[in-house]
Amino acid sequence: MLVYIARRIVYVIPIVLSVALVCFLLVHITPGDPLVAVLPADASQELAAQLRAAYGFDRPLPVQFGLWLWKALHGDLGTSIATGRPVLTEVLRAVGNTVTLAIAAAIIGFSLGLMFGLLAGYFRDTWIDKVSTSIAIAGVSVPHYWLGMVLVIIFSVQLNWLPAVGAGPGGSGQWGWDWAHLKYLVLPAITTSVIPMGIVTRTVRSLTGDILSQDFVEALRAKGLRETQVFRHVLKNAAPTALAVMGLQLGYMLGGSILIETVFSWPGSGLLLNSAIFQRDLPLLQGTILVLALFFVFLNLVVDIAQAAIDPRIKRA
Amino acid sequence: MLAMASTALVPSHANAETVLRIGMTAADIPRTLGQPDQGFEGNRFTGLTMYDGLTMWDLSSATKASVVIPGLATEWKVDDSDKTKWIFKLRPGVTFHDGTPFNADAVVWNVDKVLNKEAPQFDASQVGVTASRMPTLVSAKKIDDMTVELTAKEPDSFLPINLTNLFIVSPSKWQVLYERAEGADAKAKSQAAWAAFAKDAAGTGPWKMAKFTPRERLELVKNDNYWDKARVPKTDRMVLLPMPEANARTAALLSGQVDWIEAPAPDAVKEIEGRGFKIEKNEQPHVWPWQFSRIEGSPWNDIRVRRAANLCIDREGLRDGLLAGLMVPATGTFEPGHPWRGNPSFQIKYDLPAAQKLMKEAGFGPDKKLSVKVQTSASGSGQMLPLPMNEYLQQALAECYFDVKLDVIEWNTLFTNWRRGVKDPSANGANATNVTYAAMDPFFALVRFLQSSMAPPVSNNWGYINNPKFDELVKKARTSFDAAERDKALADLNAASIDDAAFLYVAHDVGPRAMSPKVKGFVQPKSWFVDFSPVSMAP
Repeated sequence: MLVYIARRIVYVIPIVLSVALVCFLLVHITPGDPLVAVLPADASQELAAQLRAAYGFDRPLPVQFGLWLWKALHGDLGTSIATGRPVLTEVLRAVGNTVTLAIAAAIIGFSLGLMFGLLAGYFRDTWIDKVSTSIAIAGVSVPHYWLGMVLVIIFSVQLNWLPAVGAGPGGSGQWGWDWAHLKYLVLPAITTSVIPMGIVTRTVRSLTGDILSQDFVEALRAKGLRETQVFRHVLKNAAPTALAVMGLQLGYMLGGSILIETVFSWPGSGLLLNSAIFQRDLPLLQGTILVLALFFVFLNLVVDIAQAAIDPRIKRA
Repeated sequence: MLAMASTALVPSHANAETVLRIGMTAADIPRTLGQPDQGFEGNRFTGLTMYDGLTMWDLSSATKASVVIPGLATEWKVDDSDKTKWIFKLRPGVTFHDGTPFNADAVVWNVDKVLNKEAPQFDASQVGVTASRMPTLVSAKKIDDMTVELTAKEPDSFLPINLTNLFIVSPSKWQVLYERAEGADAKAKSQAAWAAFAKDAAGTGPWKMAKFTPRERLELVKNDNYWDKARVPKTDRMVLLPMPEANARTAALLSGQVDWIEAPAPDAVKEIEGRGFKIEKNEQPHVWPWQFSRIEGSPWNDIRVRRAANLCIDREGLRDGLLAGLMVPATGTFEPGHPWRGNPSFQIKYDLPAAQKLMKEAGFGPDKKLSVKVQTSASGSGQMLPLPMNEYLQQALAECYFDVKLDVIEWNTLFTNWRRGVKDPSANGANATNVTYAAMDPFFALVRFLQSSMAPPVSNNWGYINNPKFDELVKKARTSFDAAERDKALADLNAASIDDAAFLYVAHDVGPRAMSPKVKGFVQPKSWFVDFSPVSMAP
């Protein structure tokens, strides 16, 4: 197992370096001026040259990349052009808010997905299956930003039950696990949960159906096991695949959703990316993409290791 | 602290403190360290609230044009013997929020923060948004405690207007933070000091910083010791919240989460008003134009074509239909009633027969369309609804034998291309560009577009306009140090640009904002800025 973990970690290194290179180049090859946030279009040429030199944008790209990577490896992602604040501080604060939202959405999405998936799998081709499948299809099909707006119109504007925007009465900096704060989480979390809920439902439904049709289930029942004990075996067999799907979905959610976070003004990594893109804040954009990509790579690593721990065949392969 | 913060979300009448909660269009709190980013929205919320300039805009009238008035300087005049030097007399008895006095040293220090690279407080991140708005200012020198001498690189009568963009921060406060700051060298310490200052700012303005959560909220409290007693805020606390999405802002207002939102979505106006909220709007010094190419071979070189385009647009239809009333038809950069309007002989209005006649005279007609291409964006600061508006123009101009092609690119790219000009490959064959502009001061409203020497890469004369009459009037305006004389030259320049149909003038934004009926005393001036001081909150 240790050898397997070490091998997986070694595989990650070139991926991380490639991610760093791609995210650095992506923001540099896009047209437009990297200093548009602090350099009005009417600034003089001298001023423009002076600022480019001050921010290091006058250096050759390979030099810029080398310096950026060197600093990044030392935990310094530079400072935001637009705000002057350290990128790492900005990203970590936003990621923290996104994690809060992702965990809430994951709990909702996975619980419902698992429930609907198992129901649909156990009661194939009945009305229960049809309802569960319809909910799953709706979950992955409905544009979630639209759903967010609809929820806001119903529960905030019309009924006045829940806040429409924000991350708590005093902002996310004063988060607390009480209803006064949690109510800010309800609508964005429900909106974020619909896609994973749909995907998990479909995955678990087909897994459950496959497993139930296998001989060993018949054998378990023939041995006189109670249905709850059979269910445990079904769940154990479905777990590795379901876990991989859930891990992937959690990864997507931890990346933050630009649309959902913008709709709800939720100060997470999605909203930060949106802001960085619109302000063309290159250091912030690079730093945010890098941190999110690393997050995703790390999460995949954890899921792979967890799968190997559950299913010895993966490790041997 | 928590109790204080929670006041932002409980109804204002629940305690004695009155709170005004505002949803901004910005995705982040504009920079708080004295020179805001995010254009004039930044100045509106984190510039003019916490800080003052030597000169300021008069924001007290909804009907008169907003003009420059004394701020931290009580009077100023150009040196008779050397027109590059200005003497500013400073306002006595003014103190910063940290209790230190405002004086000539503070002015010199603040000029140096953006113009003197050797000064410890020099901050490159503040230079772009400041120095570009006062392009001729070179340095400041203390004459005595209450007098400073400012030097420009050339005689420039616009300097007092430009100085509305230089916000004066407390040098003492910064120095304390600098001494506390950690850093490998003086530059690193300086950056750390500015970062600390942004979290704990001190200016002389009517509002003081109380609580700041980056990207989420800024809370300001009234400054009871403000030097202008008439402008001490009537509300105790103002909470600023970034809400970049128009529907989210509208929902926040309608659900009672905020009392005021900037720029409601036009299609939400009816519902907002239907629920008893107020929409405040007024003509702004903002222009939504097409800027024409005037290089050789451009279809816009024929004045009949330029005038025809200006006569072919039903601006009232655009206002009442697509924009739900949220615009003012543009008949030039400045409208009648403004001191820089002038008396143009060509009247910009909707006159389809006259437009078609001009086009026929120019050799075009139903069977021979004139092909033009405009570069625009899908969104952007001040761009209003660029795509639908351009599609409206496309249809309207088709009736005048124009065949309009749209080249839609990302906003920041369009903005960058604007500076590169029509001869640059980035123009992609376009012979007009659609970048909106603020018309706050003469340089930004007229000079950078009309003066031939402002052609790329110098400034924003994108289409290479080269008209000796414009150049002569610019020079006259810049060197007229009597305010009335200067205004007359600017009015003549504006009139000349209208007569020449220099741009396709389409719309002025109206800075719409929606607010709760509890918000009282607000005056919406003809400006990008507003004065929050007279605003009070009814229980």
